Amino acid sequence: MTDRPSSIVVRGARIVDSTSTDDAGRPADLRVEDGRISHCVEPGSPLPEADTNLDAAGCIVTSGLVDLHVHLREPGREESETIESGSRAAARGGFTAVVAMPNTEPPHDSRVVVEFVREQGRRAGLCEVVPSGCITIGRAGEHLVTFAELRDVGVRLFTDDGSGVQDPQLMRRALEYARDLDITLAQHCEVASLTRGAVMHEGACCSRLGLPGWPAVAEELMVHRDIELCRLTGAGMHFLHLSTARSVELVRAAKADGLKVTAEAAPHHFTLTDEALGGFDPVFKVNPPLRTPADIAALRAGLADGTIDAIATDHAPHAPRLKEQPLDEAPPGMLGLETALGLALTHLVDTGSMSLRAVLGALSWRPARIARLDDRQGRPVAVGEPANLVVVDPAATWTVRPDETASRSRNTPYVGHTLRGRVRHTIFEGRAVVVDGTATR
Amino acid sequence: MKHLRSIGELGVDGIVHVLRIARHMDSVNARPVPKVPALVGRTVVSLFFEDSTRTRISFETAARRLSADAVNFSVSTSSLNKGESLRDTIETVSAMGVSAFVVRHRTSGVPWQLSEWTDASIVNAGDGWHQHPTQALLDCYTILDRRGLEASPTCLAGLRIAIVGDSRHSRVARSCAEAFTGLGAEVVLVGPRTLLPPDASAWSVGVSESLDDVLPEVDVVYMLRMQRERMNEALVPHLGEYSSRFGLDERRWARTRPDTLLMHPGPMNRGVEMLMDPSTTSRSAILYQVRNGISVRMAVLFDLLGAPGEAVPS
Repeated sequence: MTDRPSSIVVRGARIVDSTSTDDAGRPADLRVEDGRISHCVEPGSPLPEADTNLDAAGCIVTSGLVDLHVHLREPGREESETIESGSRAAARGGFTAVVAMPNTEPPHDSRVVVEFVREQGRRAGLCEVVPSGCITIGRAGEHLVTFAELRDVGVRLFTDDGSGVQDPQLMRRALEYARDLDITLAQHCEVASLTRGAVMHEGACCSRLGLPGWPAVAEELMVHRDIELCRLTGAGMHFLHLSTARSVELVRAAKADGLKVTAEAAPHHFTLTDEALGGFDPVFKVNPPLRTPADIAALRAGLADGTIDAIATDHAPHAPRLKEQPLDEAPPGMLGLETALGLALTHLVDTGSMSLRAVLGALSWRPARIARLDDRQGRPVAVGEPANLVVVDPAATWTVRPDETASRSRNTPYVGHTLRGRVRHTIFEGRAVVVDGTATR
Repeated sequence: MKHLRSIGELGVDGIVHVLRIARHMDSVNARPVPKVPALVGRTVVSLFFEDSTRTRISFETAARRLSADAVNFSVSTSSLNKGESLRDTIETVSAMGVSAFVVRHRTSGVPWQLSEWTDASIVNAGDGWHQHPTQALLDCYTILDRRGLEASPTCLAGLRIAIVGDSRHSRVARSCAEAFTGLGAEVVLVGPRTLLPPDASAWSVGVSESLDDVLPEVDVVYMLRMQRERMNEALVPHLGEYSSRFGLDERRWARTRPDTLLMHPGPMNRGVEMLMDPSTTSRSAILYQVRNGISVRMAVLFDLLGAPGEAVPS
């Protein structure tokens, strides 16, 4: 369905966007028409009539959020999520663009699959679904994909996410080849031989619980390797879901050296620790695993000083029956799209680690640039700009309940957590896709 | 107490309570007809996802001596091989009216997952590398018995116990270290760094890489079974080297104190960790461990399933 964009008036909000210099924001009423912002006026000023009037009293309006890292499971695992259900969860979470990871069945290593994923996203019409591409065919780590061919159908971010590219020679060649193609390679950093059978972070907690450990060094070795390969080849690189203090240090030093590296962190890695596995509930199994309070502090510091560019959810739905298996068989991953904003406001802004606009930057305009979507996503809220917007009620507190998610799966690790800040309305390509917290399609 | 899943959940007072009931069960087992009607009408199902004939038989014998109905759910011939989930299995068998499941699984944590899906009691008979609480209880009981001590919250105070071998992958070591230290003993894990837990500080124990240094200083030498597969994972370079550093032979045994006890949870790997014949020393407690296992498991089942306020049989 691609109904015509309607006209929308949003009254009562304050604008906080990429041009803001404080968190107070600029009070303004907005009008949206034909997919763009047509008016931005003093509050209460007259505006032409609109099909939809959205109340935003006490709210913030900002550019729609951009998630660099979601698993939508379609094609192949529609039991756990579809592009439509995942898009709905994204829209409810305030996202107007999501980058779909390539580990579907079949994976994103051919034109036909990436075009299918993009088209399913268009049909759902709830947010922009941006397919990533694999780095290697079948994500098998042996042969490079046809980067230029996939770039020509719009793929800008390539990754074998779910696993890292193990072979250093292959990774070097990928970086060299990709360098002049105006694409970004992104790495899931995990040296596989160090994590065979691993279920959780290797440390005191796994020693007590008798579960096979995933050592921090398995991530850090690959971060370090790839930083050196970037130095060698002059290419850039994006690091997915960094989880350890040492990884943050390595990226900070690489940026200080002028290397073109960027990084993301997932909300669960800066809010939960390995102690969460104490009750043996596989909902807390995730890859890379939940780590220690010291890692959480380092990730928050990395987000605050900009070493980590983006908050990305690694939204990873799994049907209940899959998460009811023994811990070694249960697949890793947790839901993230609908809780990311609330977690960031509660755990980063309310704790004083970051300003509101810095958090919104990490959720919107900075990832938009990494994914090369910044011609239409993460734009300033101003007349003439594409109408990809989110209206957030920063004062609303809410309790996470798994049966209220729009996802097909229920594997949120935050059941019963109370969060501050909730998405009220989401406007995607000039259409109100979420109104008062409810998806309109 | 609803379940027995770990020593930590049982707590020190719980350990002492079970050990005291086990003393009474010992007197039941000493009778010409070692059987009492305490659990008539209760059904105890052994649910062993991983084979362990000796542990299963020990539990089933304990259940029968208390007059419970002991049923074996044989996983190898069951629907689990046809893709039935853990949850469907436990819900289906529970619907037949089960008082307790005795569970063994290769993965840590399964008893906790199962207890979400059944009203029956769960007795952990070994989960992954994590816990095997009745083994630890019968080992505490055996040490008290051999030493002539009475159960109390500090009954092992002053004793030093060496746990020798692959503690990293051992549910026995995890449970025993917790129970022994809980009752006041000092525990030292002996083995190469590759076979110790990644962070031993989580265990409140000492560690040593020298069996020879430790042997003359301990009251109990607790040998763990060394699995041959460990060599394939590069955890030890060679089994022969392991034996020469951490195997117990006559020469090493001769360097222990005159009252030091020798223990092993079985099955022994002769020629690997056990290089002597334990039957040649009067200080071997190994067969007492097996014998006491019945009394301790009777105590656990009685405590979980006995009618409230019912007198302990003796």
